[in-house]
Amino acid sequence: MNWIFPDNINTDLITPGRYNQTTDPKELAKICFIEYRPEFAKQVKPGDFVVAGRNFGCGSSRETAVTSLKHTGIEAIVAKSFARIFYRNCMNQGLLLVIGDTDGITPEDELELDIDRQKLVVKTQGREIDVLLPRMMLKLRDEGGIVEYLKRHGLGALEELAKL
Amino acid sequence: MGQNLPEKIFSAHCGREVHTGDTVIAELDLVMAHDTTGAWAIDPFREIADKVFDPERIVFPFDHAFPAPSVAMAHLQKKVRTFAKEQGIRIRTDGVCHQLLAEEYVKPSMLVLGADSHTPTSGGLGALTIGVGSTDAAVALATGKNWFRVPEVIRIVIEGEMPHGVFAKDVILHIAGMLGTEYSAYKIIEFAGPVVEQWSVPERMTLTNMCAELGAKTAIVPSDERTREYLASQGREDDWEANGPDPDAEYAETIVVDVSDLVPTVAQPHDIDQEAKVEDIEGRPVDQVFIGSCTNGRIEDLRVVRSIWEGRELNRDIRVVITPASRRVYLQALEEGLVEFFMKKGVSLTNPGCGACLGRQGGVLDDEEVCVATSNRNFPGRMGSPTAEIYLASPATAAATALRGVITDPRPYLPQAVEG
Ligand code: SF4
Repeated sequence: MNWIFPDNINTDLITPGRYNQTTDPKELAKICFIEYRPEFAKQVKPGDFVVAGRNFGCGSSRETAVTSLKHTGIEAIVAKSFARIFYRNCMNQGLLLVIGDTDGITPEDELELDIDRQKLVVKTQGREIDVLLPRMMLKLRDEGGIVEYLKRHGLGALEELAKL
Repeated sequence: MGQNLPEKIFSAHCGREVHTGDTVIAELDLVMAHDTTGAWAIDPFREIADKVFDPERIVFPFDHAFPAPSVAMAHLQKKVRTFAKEQGIRIRTDGVCHQLLAEEYVKPSMLVLGADSHTPTSGGLGALTIGVGSTDAAVALATGKNWFRVPEVIRIVIEGEMPHGVFAKDVILHIAGMLGTEYSAYKIIEFAGPVVEQWSVPERMTLTNMCAELGAKTAIVPSDERTREYLASQGREDDWEANGPDPDAEYAETIVVDVSDLVPTVAQPHDIDQEAKVEDIEGRPVDQVFIGSCTNGRIEDLRVVRSIWEGRELNRDIRVVITPASRRVYLQALEEGLVEFFMKKGVSLTNPGCGACLGRQGGVLDDEEVCVATSNRNFPGRMGSPTAEIYLASPATAAATALRGVITDPRPYLPQAVEG
Protein backbone atom coordinates (compact mmCIF):
# COMPACT_ATOMS: atom_id res chain seq x y z
CA MET A 1 0.00 0.00 0.00
CA ASN A 2 0.95 3.66 -0.14
CA TRP A 3 1.39 5.81 2.93
CA ILE A 4 0.30 9.33 2.06
CA PHE A 5 1.90 12.33 3.79
CA PRO A 6 1.46 16.10 3.32
CA ASP A 7 4.06 18.83 2.57
CA ASN A 8 6.96 19.67 4.88
CA ILE A 9 7.36 16.39 6.74
CA ASN A 10 10.38 17.16 8.93
CA THR A 11 12.88 14.75 10.42
CA ASP A 12 11.65 15.51 13.95
CA LEU A 13 8.34 13.90 12.93
CA ILE A 14 10.10 10.84 11.50
CA THR A 15 12.41 10.19 14.46
CA PRO A 16 11.69 12.64 17.31
CA GLY A 17 14.74 13.73 19.29
CA ARG A 18 13.53 12.16 22.50
CA TYR A 19 13.39 8.68 20.92
CA ASN A 20 16.45 9.23 18.82
CA GLN A 21 19.02 7.74 21.17
CA THR A 22 20.15 4.50 19.59
CA THR A 23 22.26 3.50 16.61
CA ASP A 24 20.44 0.16 16.16
CA PRO A 25 18.54 0.17 12.82
CA LYS A 26 15.89 -2.31 13.99
CA GLU A 27 15.11 -0.20 17.03
CA LEU A 28 15.01 2.91 14.85
CA ALA A 29 12.56 1.26 12.44
CA LYS A 30 10.20 0.72 15.38
CA ILE A 31 10.06 4.43 16.22
CA CYS A 32 9.40 5.65 12.68
CA PHE A 33 6.68 8.36 12.92
CA ILE A 34 6.08 7.20 16.51
CA GLU A 35 4.13 10.29 17.61
CA TYR A 36 2.97 11.66 14.29
CA ARG A 37 1.54 8.43 12.87
CA PRO A 38 1.83 5.66 15.48
CA GLU A 39 0.25 2.94 13.29
CA PHE A 40 2.89 3.37 10.57
CA ALA A 41 5.73 1.35 12.09
CA LYS A 42 3.38 -1.48 13.09
CA GLN A 43 1.55 -1.82 9.77
CA VAL A 44 4.07 -0.87 7.07
CA LYS A 45 5.13 -3.78 4.87
CA PRO A 46 8.21 -4.34 2.74
CA GLY A 47 7.54 -3.00 -0.74
CA ASP A 48 5.13 -0.26 0.42
CA PHE A 49 5.62 3.25 -0.92
CA VAL A 50 5.74 6.46 1.11
CA VAL A 51 4.06 9.18 -0.96
CA ALA A 52 4.37 12.83 0.03
CA GLY A 53 4.11 16.45 -1.02
CA ARG A 54 6.84 19.07 -1.05
CA ASN A 55 10.01 19.36 1.03
CA PHE A 56 9.95 15.87 2.54
CA GLY A 57 12.70 15.33 5.15
CA CYS A 58 13.27 18.99 6.00
CA GLY A 59 14.79 20.11 9.29
CA SER A 60 17.53 18.40 11.24
CA SER A 61 20.32 16.46 9.53
CA ARG A 62 19.68 13.43 11.72
CA GLU A 63 20.32 10.37 9.64
CA THR A 64 18.23 8.21 11.97
CA ALA A 65 15.25 9.47 9.95
CA VAL A 66 16.65 7.70 6.88
CA THR A 67 17.86 4.60 8.73
CA SER A 68 14.47 4.29 10.37
CA LEU A 69 12.49 4.59 7.11
CA LYS A 70 14.87 2.35 5.20
CA HIS A 71 14.68 -0.45 7.74
CA THR A 72 10.90 -0.58 7.61
CA GLY A 73 11.53 -2.15 4.19
CA ILE A 74 9.69 0.45 2.09
CA GLU A 75 10.35 0.35 -1.66
CA ALA A 76 10.85 4.08 -2.15
CA ILE A 77 9.66 7.53 -1.13
CA VAL A 78 7.90 9.47 -3.86
CA ALA A 79 7.50 13.20 -3.26
CA LYS A 80 7.19 16.47 -5.12
CA SER A 81 10.51 17.54 -3.59
CA PHE A 82 12.93 16.57 -0.87
CA ALA A 83 15.06 18.58 1.54
CA ARG A 84 18.72 18.59 0.61
CA ILE A 85 20.43 16.81 3.49
CA PHE A 86 17.70 14.17 3.64
CA TYR A 87 18.13 13.55 -0.09
CA ARG A 88 21.87 13.13 0.31
CA ASN A 89 21.47 10.88 3.32
CA CYS A 90 19.07 8.63 1.39
CA MET A 91 21.46 8.43 -1.56
CA ASN A 92 24.25 7.48 0.82
CA GLN A 93 22.14 4.77 2.44
CA GLY A 94 20.75 3.45 -0.83
CA LEU A 95 17.10 4.31 -0.15
CA LEU A 96 15.36 5.27 -3.36
CA LEU A 97 13.86 8.76 -3.51
CA VAL A 98 11.66 9.55 -6.47
CA ILE A 99 10.79 13.12 -7.41
CA GLY A 100 7.47 13.47 -9.21
CA ASP A 101 3.99 14.97 -9.02
CA THR A 102 2.27 12.87 -6.38
CA ASP A 103 -1.15 14.57 -6.55
CA GLY A 104 -4.00 12.08 -6.88
CA ILE A 105 -2.15 8.99 -5.66
CA THR A 106 -4.29 7.11 -3.11
CA PRO A 107 -3.30 4.58 -0.43
CA GLU A 108 -4.79 1.76 -2.51
CA ASP A 109 -3.18 2.57 -5.88
CA GLU A 110 -0.78 -0.01 -7.26
CA LEU A 111 2.52 1.67 -8.10
CA GLU A 112 5.42 0.43 -10.17
CA LEU A 113 8.70 2.18 -10.90
CA ASP A 114 9.97 2.00 -14.46
CA ILE A 115 13.53 3.06 -13.83
CA ASP A 116 14.77 2.91 -17.44
CA ARG A 117 12.01 5.20 -18.67
CA GLN A 118 12.01 7.34 -15.49
CA LYS A 119 8.29 6.82 -14.97
CA LEU A 120 6.13 5.95 -12.02
CA VAL A 121 3.29 3.78 -13.29
CA VAL A 122 0.03 4.18 -11.39
CA LYS A 123 -1.42 0.90 -12.62
CA THR A 124 -4.82 1.21 -10.99
CA GLN A 125 -5.35 4.61 -12.67
CA GLY A 126 -3.79 3.66 -15.98
CA ARG A 127 -1.43 6.61 -15.99
CA GLU A 128 2.27 7.38 -15.79
CA ILE A 129 4.07 10.11 -13.88
CA ASP A 130 7.41 11.54 -15.04
CA VAL A 131 9.99 11.13 -12.31
CA LEU A 132 13.59 12.06 -11.67
CA LEU A 133 16.04 9.36 -10.62
CA PRO A 134 19.67 10.51 -10.91
CA ARG A 135 22.31 7.98 -11.95
CA MET A 136 24.23 8.35 -8.71
CA MET A 137 21.14 7.49 -6.68
CA LEU A 138 20.48 4.35 -8.73
CA LYS A 139 24.11 3.30 -8.55
CA LEU A 140 24.26 3.71 -4.79
CA ARG A 141 20.92 1.91 -4.39
CA ASP A 142 22.28 -1.04 -6.37
CA GLU A 143 25.49 -1.02 -4.34
CA GLY A 144 23.57 -0.95 -1.04
CA GLY A 145 24.73 2.56 -0.13
CA ILE A 146 28.00 4.49 -0.22
CA VAL A 147 29.59 2.59 2.65
CA GLU A 148 29.08 -0.77 0.92
CA TYR A 149 30.25 0.80 -2.33
CA LEU A 150 33.51 2.08 -0.81
CA LYS A 151 34.03 -1.17 1.07
CA ARG A 152 33.70 -3.13 -2.15
CA HIS A 153 35.70 -0.85 -4.44
CA GLY A 154 38.11 0.92 -2.06
CA LEU A 155 38.18 4.54 -0.87
CA GLY A 156 39.63 5.65 -4.22
CA ALA A 157 36.30 4.77 -5.83
CA LEU A 158 34.88 7.99 -4.38
CA GLU A 159 36.37 9.75 -7.41
CA GLU A 160 34.35 7.50 -9.75
CA LEU A 161 31.08 8.60 -8.19
CA ALA A 162 31.54 12.17 -9.39
CA LYS A 163 31.85 10.90 -12.95
CA LEU A 164 28.49 9.11 -13.00
CA MET B 1 33.51 33.40 -17.26
CA GLY B 2 33.61 35.02 -13.82
CA GLN B 3 32.96 32.95 -10.73
CA ASN B 4 30.75 33.57 -7.75
CA LEU B 5 32.30 33.03 -4.32
CA PRO B 6 31.11 29.42 -3.82
CA GLU B 7 32.47 28.45 -7.27
CA LYS B 8 35.81 30.01 -6.34
CA ILE B 9 36.03 28.13 -3.06
CA PHE B 10 34.95 24.83 -4.64
CA SER B 11 37.54 25.34 -7.41
CA ALA B 12 40.32 25.93 -4.88
CA HIS B 13 39.40 22.62 -3.20
CA CYS B 14 39.05 20.58 -6.37
CA GLY B 15 42.37 21.51 -7.96
CA ARG B 16 40.63 22.82 -11.11
CA GLU B 17 38.14 25.46 -12.14
CA VAL B 18 34.61 24.21 -11.52
CA HIS B 19 31.25 25.77 -12.24
CA THR B 20 27.60 25.43 -11.33
CA GLY B 21 26.24 22.04 -12.31
CA ASP B 22 29.53 20.13 -11.98
CA THR B 23 29.65 17.16 -9.64
CA VAL B 24 33.03 17.22 -7.94
CA ILE B 25 35.17 15.56 -5.32
CA ALA B 26 36.53 18.27 -3.04
CA GLU B 27 39.21 18.25 -0.31
CA LEU B 28 37.95 19.37 3.08
CA ASP B 29 39.74 21.72 5.47
CA LEU B 30 37.71 20.71 8.49
CA VAL B 31 35.19 18.03 9.47
CA MET B 32 32.80 18.46 12.41
CA ALA B 33 30.41 15.97 13.96
CA HIS B 34 28.69 16.34 17.35
CA ASP B 35 27.56 14.15 20.21
CA THR B 36 24.68 12.63 18.24
CA THR B 37 25.66 12.78 14.56
CA GLY B 38 29.19 11.74 15.55
CA ALA B 39 27.88 8.64 17.30
CA TRP B 40 26.12 7.50 14.14
CA ALA B 41 29.19 8.13 11.98
CA ILE B 42 31.36 5.64 13.86
CA ASP B 43 29.88 2.33 12.67
CA PRO B 44 29.90 3.30 8.96
CA PHE B 45 33.44 4.69 9.40
CA ARG B 46 34.66 1.38 10.77
CA GLU B 47 33.31 -0.39 7.71
CA ILE B 48 35.60 1.57 5.42
CA ALA B 49 38.67 2.68 7.40
CA ASP B 50 40.83 2.15 10.47
CA LYS B 51 42.32 5.62 10.83
CA VAL B 52 40.82 9.05 10.23
CA PHE B 53 42.44 11.16 7.49
CA ASP B 54 43.84 13.77 9.89
CA PRO B 55 42.78 14.15 13.55
CA GLU B 56 43.98 17.78 13.52
CA ARG B 57 41.32 18.66 10.98
CA ILE B 58 38.45 17.01 12.85
CA VAL B 59 36.52 18.25 15.87
CA PHE B 60 33.72 16.64 17.89
CA PRO B 61 31.77 19.15 20.03
CA PHE B 62 29.37 17.65 22.60
CA ASP B 63 26.54 20.14 22.62
CA HIS B 64 23.18 18.65 21.69
CA ALA B 65 22.71 16.84 24.98
CA PHE B 66 25.56 17.70 27.27
CA PRO B 67 26.03 16.99 30.14
CA ALA B 68 24.15 13.80 29.29
CA PRO B 69 20.46 13.99 30.32
CA SER B 70 19.81 10.23 30.10
CA VAL B 71 21.55 6.87 30.22
CA ALA B 72 20.95 6.42 26.50
CA MET B 73 22.73 9.71 25.70
CA ALA B 74 25.54 8.91 28.13
CA HIS B 75 25.97 5.64 26.26
CA LEU B 76 26.16 7.38 22.86
CA GLN B 77 28.65 9.90 24.21
CA LYS B 78 30.84 7.18 25.63
CA LYS B 79 30.90 5.60 22.21
CA VAL B 80 32.11 8.87 20.66
CA ARG B 81 34.60 9.48 23.46
CA THR B 82 36.17 6.04 23.05
CA PHE B 83 36.44 6.54 19.31
CA ALA B 84 37.88 10.05 19.64
CA LYS B 85 40.52 8.89 22.09
CA GLU B 86 41.57 6.03 19.89
CA GLN B 87 41.82 8.34 16.84
CA GLY B 88 43.36 11.36 18.58
CA ILE B 89 40.37 13.61 17.81
CA ARG B 90 39.63 16.55 20.08
CA ILE B 91 36.28 16.56 21.89
CA ARG B 92 34.90 19.92 22.97
CA THR B 93 32.28 20.32 25.66
CA ASP B 94 32.17 24.09 25.82
CA GLY B 95 29.51 25.30 23.46
CA VAL B 96 27.27 24.90 20.43
CA CYS B 97 29.29 23.33 17.62
CA HIS B 98 28.74 26.21 15.17
CA GLN B 99 29.75 28.82 17.71
CA LEU B 100 32.97 26.94 18.50
CA LEU B 101 33.73 26.58 14.80
CA ALA B 102 33.35 30.33 14.31
CA GLU B 103 35.37 31.28 17.38
CA GLU B 104 38.30 28.95 16.89
CA TYR B 105 38.36 26.94 13.69
CA VAL B 106 36.85 28.41 10.54
CA LYS B 107 38.88 30.75 8.32
CA PRO B 108 37.66 32.65 5.27
CA SER B 109 37.74 30.57 2.03
CA MET B 110 37.78 27.23 3.87
CA LEU B 111 35.62 24.31 2.78
CA VAL B 112 34.07 22.79 5.89
CA LEU B 113 31.79 19.79 6.26
CA GLY B 114 29.67 19.59 9.38
CA ALA B 115 27.31 16.82 10.40
CA ASP B 116 24.60 19.24 11.46
CA SER B 117 22.00 21.15 9.49
CA HIS B 118 23.00 24.59 10.81
CA THR B 119 26.58 24.30 9.57
CA PRO B 120 25.90 27.29 7.23
CA THR B 121 26.35 29.50 10.34
CA SER B 122 30.10 29.89 9.84
CA GLY B 123 29.44 31.06 6.29
CA GLY B 124 29.27 34.41 8.09
CA LEU B 125 33.08 34.33 8.04
CA GLY B 126 33.35 33.95 4.27
CA ALA B 127 33.86 30.17 4.32
CA LEU B 128 31.86 27.49 2.56
CA THR B 129 30.41 25.44 5.39
CA ILE B 130 28.09 22.63 4.37
CA GLY B 131 25.80 20.52 6.53
CA VAL B 132 25.46 16.78 5.93
CA GLY B 133 24.42 13.59 7.71
CA SER B 134 26.40 10.92 9.51
CA THR B 135 27.28 8.69 6.55
CA ASP B 136 28.76 11.69 4.75
CA ALA B 137 30.67 12.49 7.92
CA ALA B 138 31.99 8.91 7.98
CA VAL B 139 33.21 9.20 4.38
CA ALA B 140 34.82 12.55 5.19
CA LEU B 141 36.49 11.20 8.35
CA ALA B 142 37.98 8.37 6.31
CA THR B 143 39.04 10.29 3.20
CA GLY B 144 39.19 14.00 4.02
CA LYS B 145 36.99 14.47 0.96
CA ASN B 146 33.43 14.22 -0.21
CA TRP B 147 31.33 14.58 -3.33
CA PHE B 148 29.40 17.75 -4.04
CA ARG B 149 27.32 19.18 -6.79
CA VAL B 150 28.38 22.80 -7.36
CA PRO B 151 24.95 24.39 -7.03
CA GLU B 152 23.23 27.44 -8.41
CA VAL B 153 23.89 30.53 -6.32
CA ILE B 154 21.24 33.07 -5.34
CA ARG B 155 22.54 36.53 -4.52
CA ILE B 156 20.60 38.40 -1.87
CA VAL B 157 21.43 42.09 -1.65
CA ILE B 158 20.34 43.76 1.58
CA GLU B 159 20.02 47.53 1.41
CA GLY B 160 18.33 50.47 3.09
CA GLU B 161 18.58 51.88 6.60
CA MET B 162 18.11 49.51 9.55
CA PRO B 163 15.20 50.94 11.59
CA HIS B 164 15.31 51.28 15.38
CA GLY B 165 14.60 47.98 17.14
CA VAL B 166 15.19 45.88 14.03
CA PHE B 167 18.02 43.35 14.08
CA ALA B 168 19.62 40.79 11.75
CA LYS B 169 17.16 38.21 13.10
CA ASP B 170 14.18 40.31 12.03
CA VAL B 171 15.71 40.68 8.58
CA ILE B 172 16.19 36.95 8.06
CA LEU B 173 12.73 36.14 9.47
CA HIS B 174 11.35 38.61 6.95
CA ILE B 175 13.37 37.03 4.13
CA ALA B 176 12.07 33.60 5.21
CA GLY B 177 8.52 34.92 5.13
CA MET B 178 9.11 36.36 1.66
CA LEU B 179 10.80 33.36 0.10
CA GLY B 180 9.40 30.34 1.98
CA THR B 181 11.00 27.20 3.30
CA GLU B 182 12.12 25.74 0.01
CA TYR B 183 13.13 28.73 -2.01
CA SER B 184 16.82 28.04 -1.98
CA ALA B 185 16.63 24.23 -1.83
CA TYR B 186 19.92 22.75 -3.12
CA LYS B 187 21.21 26.26 -3.80
CA ILE B 188 23.71 28.50 -2.03
CA ILE B 189 22.86 32.02 -0.91
CA GLU B 190 25.60 34.64 -1.26
CA PHE B 191 24.84 37.84 0.62
CA ALA B 192 25.86 41.33 -0.46
CA GLY B 193 24.84 44.96 -0.09
CA PRO B 194 25.51 47.87 2.24
CA VAL B 195 23.58 46.55 5.24
CA VAL B 196 25.43 43.24 5.32
CA GLU B 197 28.71 45.09 4.75
CA GLN B 198 28.10 47.12 7.90
CA TRP B 199 27.10 44.13 9.98
CA SER B 200 29.52 42.41 12.34
CA VAL B 201 30.26 38.71 11.91
CA PRO B 202 27.87 37.71 14.74
CA GLU B 203 25.03 39.48 12.91
CA ARG B 204 26.08 37.84 9.65
CA MET B 205 26.04 34.47 11.39
CA THR B 206 22.42 34.97 12.46
CA LEU B 207 21.66 35.47 8.78
CA THR B 208 23.60 32.49 7.40
CA ASN B 209 22.41 30.24 10.26
CA MET B 210 18.76 30.64 9.31
CA CYS B 211 19.40 29.97 5.62
CA ALA B 212 19.36 26.30 6.56
CA GLU B 213 15.62 26.85 7.09
CA LEU B 214 15.24 28.12 3.53
CA GLY B 215 16.56 24.76 2.31
CA ALA B 216 19.93 26.22 1.28
CA LYS B 217 23.01 24.06 0.87
CA THR B 218 24.77 26.86 2.65
CA ALA B 219 25.04 30.65 2.78
CA ILE B 220 28.05 32.92 2.65
CA VAL B 221 29.03 36.51 3.31
CA PRO B 222 32.30 37.58 1.65
CA SER B 223 35.18 38.16 4.05
CA ASP B 224 36.14 41.81 4.58
CA GLU B 225 37.38 44.22 7.25
CA ARG B 226 34.51 43.30 9.56
CA THR B 227 35.63 39.68 9.31
CA ARG B 228 39.13 40.76 10.24
CA GLU B 229 37.75 42.60 13.28
CA TYR B 230 35.88 39.50 14.40
CA LEU B 231 38.87 37.20 13.98
CA ALA B 232 41.01 39.72 15.86
CA SER B 233 38.44 39.75 18.69
CA GLN B 234 38.85 35.97 18.90
CA GLY B 235 42.65 36.30 19.00
CA ARG B 236 43.29 35.04 15.49
CA GLU B 237 43.67 37.96 13.14
CA ASP B 238 46.36 35.98 11.29
CA ASP B 239 43.64 33.66 10.00
CA TRP B 240 42.06 36.49 8.05
CA GLU B 241 42.02 36.91 4.31
CA ALA B 242 39.62 38.90 2.16
CA ASN B 243 37.56 37.13 -0.47
CA GLY B 244 34.64 37.80 -2.78
CA PRO B 245 33.06 36.97 -6.12
CA ASP B 246 34.46 38.02 -9.50
CA PRO B 247 32.87 41.26 -10.70
CA ASP B 248 31.29 39.40 -13.64
CA ALA B 249 30.14 36.42 -11.59
CA GLU B 250 26.92 34.73 -12.60
CA TYR B 251 23.99 34.04 -10.30
CA ALA B 252 20.84 32.00 -10.73
CA GLU B 253 18.98 35.00 -9.41
CA THR B 254 19.53 38.29 -7.57
CA ILE B 255 17.03 39.39 -4.94
CA VAL B 256 17.10 42.86 -3.42
CA VAL B 257 15.70 43.28 0.08
CA ASP B 258 15.16 46.79 1.42
CA VAL B 259 15.06 46.84 5.21
CA SER B 260 14.06 50.48 5.69
CA ASP B 261 10.41 49.73 6.46
CA LEU B 262 10.97 46.62 8.56
CA VAL B 263 9.58 46.32 12.06
CA PRO B 264 10.30 43.70 14.75
CA THR B 265 9.23 40.39 13.22
CA VAL B 266 8.46 36.85 14.40
CA ALA B 267 7.90 33.48 12.79
CA GLN B 268 4.64 32.14 14.20
CA PRO B 269 3.97 28.46 14.87
CA HIS B 270 4.66 26.09 13.15
CA ASP B 271 7.03 27.12 10.41
CA ILE B 272 9.68 29.72 9.88
CA ASP B 273 7.90 31.34 6.94
CA GLN B 274 4.84 32.22 9.07
CA GLU B 275 5.97 35.81 9.28
CA ALA B 276 4.13 38.30 11.48
CA LYS B 277 4.85 41.79 12.76
CA VAL B 278 5.29 41.78 16.51
CA GLU B 279 2.96 44.79 16.74
CA ASP B 280 0.17 42.75 15.12
CA ILE B 281 0.29 39.87 17.59
CA GLU B 282 1.25 41.78 20.71
CA GLY B 283 -0.38 40.61 23.94
CA ARG B 284 -0.40 36.87 23.33
CA PRO B 285 0.47 35.15 26.63
CA VAL B 286 3.63 33.04 26.82
CA ASP B 287 4.90 30.45 29.29
CA GLN B 288 8.60 30.53 28.52
CA VAL B 289 11.22 32.77 26.92
CA PHE B 290 14.36 31.08 25.61
CA ILE B 291 17.41 33.17 24.72
CA GLY B 292 20.23 31.12 23.24
CA SER B 293 21.24 28.78 20.37
CA CYS B 294 23.62 29.09 17.43
CA THR B 295 21.30 31.74 15.97
CA ASN B 296 21.27 34.23 18.84
CA GLY B 297 23.17 33.12 21.91
CA ARG B 298 26.20 35.38 21.54
CA ILE B 299 27.54 38.14 23.77
CA GLU B 300 26.09 40.81 21.48
CA ASP B 301 22.64 39.26 21.99
CA LEU B 302 23.04 39.13 25.76
CA ARG B 303 24.00 42.80 25.81
CA VAL B 304 20.81 43.70 23.97
CA VAL B 305 18.83 41.74 26.56
CA ARG B 306 20.47 43.64 29.40
CA SER B 307 19.79 46.98 27.76
CA ILE B 308 16.08 46.13 27.78
CA TRP B 309 15.97 44.73 31.31
CA GLU B 310 18.07 47.44 32.98
CA GLY B 311 16.01 49.02 35.78
CA ARG B 312 12.96 46.80 35.09
CA GLU B 313 11.54 43.61 36.62
CA LEU B 314 10.74 40.44 34.71
CA ASN B 315 7.25 38.98 34.73
CA ARG B 316 7.10 36.41 37.54
CA ASP B 317 4.64 34.02 35.93
CA ILE B 318 6.89 32.91 33.12
CA ARG B 319 10.15 30.99 32.92
CA VAL B 320 13.14 32.66 31.33
CA VAL B 321 16.04 30.49 30.20
CA ILE B 322 19.32 31.92 28.93
CA THR B 323 21.89 29.60 27.37
CA PRO B 324 25.13 31.26 26.25
CA ALA B 325 26.32 29.77 22.96
CA SER B 326 29.79 28.96 24.28
CA ARG B 327 31.99 29.03 27.36
CA ARG B 328 33.80 31.98 25.82
CA VAL B 329 30.50 33.87 25.62
CA TYR B 330 29.69 32.81 29.19
CA LEU B 331 33.06 34.03 30.49
CA GLN B 332 32.67 37.32 28.71
CA ALA B 333 29.19 37.68 30.20
CA LEU B 334 30.72 37.03 33.60
CA GLU B 335 33.37 39.66 33.02
CA GLU B 336 30.80 42.25 31.96
CA GLY B 337 28.61 41.59 35.00
CA LEU B 338 25.87 40.06 32.88
CA VAL B 339 25.80 36.78 34.76
CA GLU B 340 25.12 38.47 38.08
CA PHE B 341 22.62 40.77 36.40
CA PHE B 342 20.68 37.84 34.88
CA MET B 343 20.78 35.76 38.06
CA LYS B 344 19.37 38.64 40.09
CA LYS B 345 16.56 38.98 37.58
CA GLY B 346 15.61 35.37 38.34
CA VAL B 347 16.68 33.85 35.04
CA SER B 348 17.71 30.18 34.67
CA LEU B 349 21.17 30.46 33.21
CA THR B 350 22.23 27.09 31.79
CA ASN B 351 25.55 25.67 30.68
CA PRO B 352 26.66 26.55 27.14
CA GLY B 353 25.29 24.24 24.46
CA CYS B 354 22.09 23.62 22.52
CA GLY B 355 19.94 23.35 25.62
CA ALA B 356 16.26 24.04 25.12
CA CYS B 357 16.62 24.67 21.36
CA LEU B 358 15.96 21.05 20.45
CA GLY B 359 13.79 20.06 23.38
CA ARG B 360 16.08 17.53 25.01
CA GLN B 361 16.85 19.35 28.23
CA GLY B 362 17.01 22.71 29.95
CA GLY B 363 13.55 24.08 29.16
CA VAL B 364 11.33 21.42 27.58
CA LEU B 365 7.76 22.60 26.86
CA ASP B 366 4.52 20.98 28.05
CA ASP B 367 1.35 20.48 25.97
CA GLU B 368 -0.03 23.71 24.54
CA GLU B 369 2.61 25.86 26.20
CA VAL B 370 3.84 28.91 24.30
CA CYS B 371 7.47 29.88 24.00
CA VAL B 372 9.21 32.87 22.45
CA ALA B 373 12.65 31.66 21.39
CA THR B 374 15.68 33.24 19.74
CA SER B 375 16.54 29.95 18.04
CA ASN B 376 15.81 28.90 14.48
CA ARG B 377 13.11 26.20 14.35
CA ASN B 378 9.47 26.20 15.41
CA PHE B 379 8.26 22.84 14.05
CA PRO B 380 5.71 20.97 16.16
CA GLY B 381 7.58 19.10 18.86
CA ARG B 382 10.86 20.93 18.38
CA MET B 383 11.13 22.07 22.00
CA GLY B 384 9.02 19.39 23.67
CA SER B 385 5.33 18.56 23.37
CA PRO B 386 4.04 18.47 19.76
CA THR B 387 1.20 20.77 20.81
CA ALA B 388 3.51 23.45 22.24
CA GLU B 389 3.78 26.64 20.17
CA ILE B 390 7.05 28.37 19.36
CA TYR B 391 7.46 31.95 18.15
CA LEU B 392 10.92 32.71 16.76
CA ALA B 393 12.13 36.23 17.48
CA SER B 394 15.13 38.49 18.00
CA PRO B 395 16.75 38.69 21.44
CA ALA B 396 15.19 42.15 21.83
CA THR B 397 11.65 40.87 21.23
CA ALA B 398 12.32 37.90 23.52
CA ALA B 399 13.62 40.21 26.25
CA ALA B 400 10.69 42.61 26.00
CA THR B 401 8.31 39.63 26.13
CA ALA B 402 9.98 38.46 29.35
CA LEU B 403 9.12 41.81 30.96
CA ARG B 404 5.39 41.56 30.40
CA GLY B 405 4.77 37.81 30.01
CA VAL B 406 3.02 38.44 26.72
CA ILE B 407 4.45 38.96 23.24
CA THR B 408 5.84 42.48 23.32
CA ASP B 409 7.30 44.93 20.82
CA PRO B 410 10.81 45.77 22.05
CA ARG B 411 11.02 49.25 20.56
CA PRO B 412 9.64 51.21 23.52
CA TYR B 413 12.10 49.46 25.83
CA LEU B 414 15.25 49.77 23.75
CA PRO B 415 17.66 52.59 24.46
CA GLN B 416 18.73 54.42 21.31
CA ALA B 417 22.33 53.39 21.94
CA VAL B 418 21.89 49.77 20.86
CA GLU B 419 19.77 50.68 17.91
CA GLY B 420 19.94 48.33 14.91
S1 SF4 C 1 21.62 25.38 19.06
FE1 SF4 C 1 19.83 24.39 18.17
S2 SF4 C 1 19.97 24.76 15.97
FE2 SF4 C 1 21.98 25.23 16.86
S3 SF4 C 1 23.15 23.34 16.62
FE3 SF4 C 1 22.18 23.27 18.64
S4 SF4 C 1 20.24 22.19 18.32
FE4 SF4 C 1 20.98 22.83 16.32
